Amino acid sequence: MNIIVCVKQTVDLQQVRIRKETREPVLENIPLTIGNIDKNALEEAVRIRDKVGGKVIAVSVGSEQLNDTIKEALAMGADEAVLVMSPELDRAESSIAALALAAAISKVGDYGLILVGEGSADNYSGQVGPRVAEILDLPQVTYVKSLAIENDTLKAVRSLEDCFETVEASLPVVVSVVSEINEPRIPSVTQILKAGKKPKQVFKPEELGIALTPATKTLSNLAPEQDRKRVLFQEGTDKDVASLVAALEAEGLVRR
Amino acid sequence: MAAILVFSERDDVARQLLGTAGELGSQMGLTAAVAAFGKADPSSYFNRGASTVYVAQDEALQEFEASVYAEALNQTAQQAGAEIILIGSTRRGKELAGRLAQKMGAGCITDTDTLEVKDGQLVCTRNALGGATVATQTVITGVQVIAVMPGVGEMVESAEAGQLVELALSLKPSRVKVVERTDKGQGSVDIEGADVLVCVGKGMARQEDLKLAEELAAALGGLVACSKPIATDEKWLPEERIIGLSGKIGKPTLAICLGISGQVQFTVGIREAKTIVAVNNDPNAFIFQMTDYGIVGDLNEVLPRLTAALKA
Repeated sequence: MNIIVCVKQTVDLQQVRIRKETREPVLENIPLTIGNIDKNALEEAVRIRDKVGGKVIAVSVGSEQLNDTIKEALAMGADEAVLVMSPELDRAESSIAALALAAAISKVGDYGLILVGEGSADNYSGQVGPRVAEILDLPQVTYVKSLAIENDTLKAVRSLEDCFETVEASLPVVVSVVSEINEPRIPSVTQILKAGKKPKQVFKPEELGIALTPATKTLSNLAPEQDRKRVLFQEGTDKDVASLVAALEAEGLVRR
Repeated sequence: MAAILVFSERDDVARQLLGTAGELGSQMGLTAAVAAFGKADPSSYFNRGASTVYVAQDEALQEFEASVYAEALNQTAQQAGAEIILIGSTRRGKELAGRLAQKMGAGCITDTDTLEVKDGQLVCTRNALGGATVATQTVITGVQVIAVMPGVGEMVESAEAGQLVELALSLKPSRVKVVERTDKGQGSVDIEGADVLVCVGKGMARQEDLKLAEELAAALGGLVACSKPIATDEKWLPEERIIGLSGKIGKPTLAICLGISGQVQFTVGIREAKTIVAVNNDPNAFIFQMTDYGIVGDLNEVLPRLTAALKA
């Protein structure tokens, strides 16, 4: 049984700065990486493979830089990569990404499990897993915090807001994981060196016969206005604490 | 007349969304309808502004399962002539929204925190880039699926009568079997609605120091919340207390951040606060860039002083 893991290439969010004058994010020349929760999905895939066999296939959609970014997934233990690349797929919206992922997954054909993170690192919209499941007409089990595969059946515990739900479904199934599921490994130098040599299959959208029709339009994307006083008391002494309490009192925030 | 169709597995959220649907609908010439699957008292939605309430007696709807509910809503939306479908952006709601949107060939926006009508078009905002920015977006397909954060809509009272429609849906049984459900044993804490939040981050050294945050919260009549690692890694507090992109978004009058570095994944959950205070032993901590008042100092020293001063 092969295990598919969908990963998303995003800018390293720790390095995103905001242009003060315009409140626009600066995205140029920021290293690209794979989303944090995607790494949990990958880690889980590798662990399952080590138990039940088969291959872990990382599937991703994006700009040409994906050639490099995907090495991270291969170094973490994915055996192969299937990529859909095109400049137009750079930061593609969920509906387009799902279409391209599903088409690439169909090319793989033989799979039992499709793992995704509960949400991407940048947009966290949580649409792609359910959309892929719908396109491929598969059941979906989302927000999974632990799982096991036994006799072609998935047994998983979902973490919902108010409860844990233990569910079962026959493979193949789409599973989205939460970050609590595991601790992703840090690849060793040997694994990083080997990553570049692992098999990679690359498609263009037109080769998959998919139309990249947008379903949403982004009118603006700006940092929220933050108008804060930024008063800093440097000492943490009784006097500083008294000044803080006095300031909060003056604003009617305490001792109401 | 075309409609805005509302669904949430949470009764309170469905009522909020009906308030939103009524407001948007009056500007767009759409009626407010609700899909009341698995609800105890469907006709109670008339008092919350629904002009049509759809019900269905179908075995497949007994348990909430996203793919079945997506198909049920797809059929309901077609019957209702729904152009906009509003869903509560809970975990269940989000997995439903994506699947439903795909089924209907629709664009979808999840975690929507504001909605307004501009030039006849529904315009939504949501956090993007891990919370660093707010994206203003519209859906440009014929049907729009919008998942709205709980608490965004305001419930309305209505005395107008509506129509109860019983649907005969054609649904396949769920392919996911629920074996067991265990309550997380929380749920009573209203972080989103709290007026004062005392938020604990990784700068807190020991679990027993939580007591200091609790005492401060008690002195302020507030609740203790935390950044994600405190709940998921340290397990000092339950997950429902997590503030931020993957947790709760609060709108308190006062937020006090203790030992929090100020990563956007957290701050997105408190940046709507009227006043933000931070205590951190690092004078260069990023959190001080977005606070009204900051104190540099050790939590173990500052917190007892602060609590004592507030009680004095």
